[in-house]
Amino acid sequence: MRILEGKMVTKHFGGLAAVHQVDFDINQGEVVGLIGPNGAGKTTLFNLISGSLPTTAGEIRYKGKKITGLKPHQICKKGVARTFQSAKLFAGMTVFENALAASLFGTKRVISVPEAEREAMELLDFVELSPVKTMLAKDLPIANRKRLEVARALATKPDLMMFDEVMAGLNSVEVAQAMELITKIRNQGITIFMIEHVMKAIMSVCDRIVVLHHGRKIAEGTPEEIATSRTVIEVYLGE
Amino acid sequence: MDRVGVIFKRPFSLGLLFLALILLVTIPLYVQPYLVILLTTIFMYIIITVSWTIFSGPTHYISLASAAFFGVGVYTSALLGKSLPLLVVIVAGSLFSFILALFIGLLTLRLRGMYFIIFTFSISELMRNFLLWWETNMTGTVGRWVIMVEHTTVYYIILVIFVMALLTAYLIRRSRFGLALKSIGEQEEAATHIGINATLVKTITFAISAFFMGATGAIMATKWKYIDPRIAFDPLLSFLPVLMAIFGGTGQLFGPVFGAAIFAYLEEILTTKFPYYYMLLFGSILIVVILFLPHGMVGLVQKWRKGGLKRQNANP
Repeated sequence: MRILEGKMVTKHFGGLAAVHQVDFDINQGEVVGLIGPNGAGKTTLFNLISGSLPTTAGEIRYKGKKITGLKPHQICKKGVARTFQSAKLFAGMTVFENALAASLFGTKRVISVPEAEREAMELLDFVELSPVKTMLAKDLPIANRKRLEVARALATKPDLMMFDEVMAGLNSVEVAQAMELITKIRNQGITIFMIEHVMKAIMSVCDRIVVLHHGRKIAEGTPEEIATSRTVIEVYLGE
Repeated sequence: MDRVGVIFKRPFSLGLLFLALILLVTIPLYVQPYLVILLTTIFMYIIITVSWTIFSGPTHYISLASAAFFGVGVYTSALLGKSLPLLVVIVAGSLFSFILALFIGLLTLRLRGMYFIIFTFSISELMRNFLLWWETNMTGTVGRWVIMVEHTTVYYIILVIFVMALLTAYLIRRSRFGLALKSIGEQEEAATHIGINATLVKTITFAISAFFMGATGAIMATKWKYIDPRIAFDPLLSFLPVLMAIFGGTGQLFGPVFGAAIFAYLEEILTTKFPYYYMLLFGSILIVVILFLPHGMVGLVQKWRKGGLKRQNANP
């Protein structure tokens, strides 16, 4: 079953076609990678899906319903969560408050504060941040910031999770831990759409990979197909 | 949020608050009228500062529209005061400010940082100049007389508005609504992505903060007897709450209260004792506070109290 589909999704910034007529679809339970060189339009595509930016043309459907034109808070409540390339935490709030806010506001159903508190604690346990729950988010090292972003996104109880380079800036041990975390999230039945530059991670975690270049989709397929695709190799390595 | 909770959880502090309230209620019975009038002015500043902080404290959107909301209250009082009972006039003033803020909010809260500050300031200026123009060209009389109200009545009404504003500020801070505001102030884009309707939350809070400013304007007009657009929409009323809140510290509920109280009292003392140097002294004090007390006066007290606790632990 398709959980997310895009038809001719386009975003122009003046004369620049950041995303141009991109078609994509993601099935329930899949892990789909989104790769491409810098400036390919990956984050812009995420912004279009999450509602941060309005589309110039095209349509995005989530669970069969059109979500283009909705505001980010509405899309979030429908079950789409995301993280940001440079972690956008509530820096002056504690780790716990970061997760709590997402539990309280992230779902359509209004939940009580004690219930939200319990949920937030469970999620901090899940990402192994409960020992630092009283720390201010701004005092966390980078790997933990990324984990907190993941916990906060999970707290909105998504069915589709979008990771925007969660592994950027992590060392090899931390990358391995992040991959483990992504597998754990996937095992909960959450569909994953992820932008990543760490090839080892994307090749081993993803079922399918979409390649963007200059705003256009140039390839799509299994990790093996992408790794051997001539077009992709040309784009990444040059002729 | 937690720090405020700590103050209120102690029965001792609650008792102290209750005592302070009793003192404030009975004060007109045993002090000179001058002191009651001075207290009225101090409370006026406290209410405006506290209500300014309700919105601008957590969100970090610096609003310079306080004068506009206050002025709307003042003019409501001047226009309706002769035909309607005082309480109705005050409620009307608050509601007009509330509605104006909703309107401004929907119009401007998309703006951020400097643009928001400039826009809110322009709103105050626009209203003042528009009314001046209107009165000179349309009605032909600049300025109006306001029905006078006895000064203890003014004091009690101000006291009620003060208690309501403080209670509202406290409840908002403690509620999920307060957490939403704080999230917006910390990282607005992330806040919208965890399901917070930022525009709605900001607009409502902005309007709540304007509500109390309008109420204060409506009652203060009766104390001044004569008002004109320059008095009602005095730009100083937009800047003072910002200074007073920074002076007291916006992080805690009582910061703006103490900030405004000390500030207003200082102003009174300095203007009477040093009429020529008052602004100079005032400015110096403010610079010292901003440079050395980033969390305001209340931040300093907290630091000192924390230090005290540590010493107790070291020598049991």
